[in-house]
Amino acid sequence: MFRKFTREDIHTRSNVKSSIQRNLKAKLLAQYPKLEEVIDEIIPKKAQIELYKCEGKIQLYLVNGEVLFFQNFDELIPSLRFVHKFPEAFPTVQVDRGAIKFVLAGSNIMCPGLTSPGAKLPEAPGFEKDTIVVINAENKETAMAVGKLLMSTEEIKEINKGHGVEMIHHLGDPLWTFSAD
Amino acid sequence: MPLTNVIYCGVCDFPAEYCEFSGKFKRCKAWLQENHPELYTKWYGDVTEDVSKQLAESSIGDEREEKLEKALEKLERKQQAREERELAKKLSSKVVIRREARTKRKCMIAISGLEVFEIDMKKLSKTFASKFATGCSISKNAEKKEEVIVQGDLADEVEAYIHSLLEEKGMKEVKVEVIDAAKKKKKAETTTTPGSENKK
Ligand SMILES: [Zn+2]
Repeated sequence: MFRKFTREDIHTRSNVKSSIQRNLKAKLLAQYPKLEEVIDEIIPKKAQIELYKCEGKIQLYLVNGEVLFFQNFDELIPSLRFVHKFPEAFPTVQVDRGAIKFVLAGSNIMCPGLTSPGAKLPEAPGFEKDTIVVINAENKETAMAVGKLLMSTEEIKEINKGHGVEMIHHLGDPLWTFSAD
Repeated sequence: MPLTNVIYCGVCDFPAEYCEFSGKFKRCKAWLQENHPELYTKWYGDVTEDVSKQLAESSIGDEREEKLEKALEKLERKQQAREERELAKKLSSKVVIRREARTKRKCMIAISGLEVFEIDMKKLSKTFASKFATGCSISKNAEKKEEVIVQGDLADEVEAYIHSLLEEKGMKEVKVEVIDAAKKKKKAETTTTPGSENKK
């Protein structure tokens, strides 16, 4: 999603009104309930959320100059910097060591990279198709990417062919290197 | 429930455990050793030979691991070559500050050559506008390259600021050339033919 993103793609920057700010937080919690216990630490009550409207209907939400989450359609997607603060809150899958290089190059993730011995998928029933998932790597503790399931995790195990996760955001992409100033 | 505190590499900005994939691994390791010696020892030990063995204990098997290591080495070489090229390009380029007459009394300053040094021109023009309380804009010059235009006779101030900016970026050696086109034009009217001053 951010492969070609540059500063030029930001159309407008504005502060989010406090009423809408409350709605946003509620929406985040509805999507990621485990954030409940840390949300006020990550987005303090007095913090000002900024909204950057960008090319391609991408909306970035920033707190203290850091992109915390973004939106393309309806769902809110956390940035990796956000994920790193509280990884437990997000559905997570793991790829094997061999897939890391490709993920960091922005490729979609192929099913075998998610089902091999070094990989990890949740036990049944697992996650539905279209779930936003955080992508971890074998022998690593921190997440390296955020993507969207192209099939349910059970289907990934069963079919084990083709693209399993659509890449949205990864370490080293322009969103990762983006700084507000 | 406390927030997790990830250690980001000071060289590649990845979480430090991903440095091996950054293409800057050598410098990353030096940084880690300096800043987080305990992690350095934990991950890379004292003998680098052991590292690859340690890492090879992954699920993908010796053969693929070896291939991966080779690919990562290649990545690093490429990255290094690219950085060297970029540095050479920077060092052989220069910033040009041109003072131009606007009216008989007023003049403006055009700064070109900034793009090579990854200087954000929009930001710079905003800085100049507030710093010098003057009009400042970005426009394309005859070579279709962007330049920053500052209204007013501010060549010296602009030069000093550009120098400090370059120094901040660790590019102190970069040349900044100041061309006084306003003066020359006056001279040109009396002594030389126009056009000869452009050659410089
Ligand atoms: Zn690094």
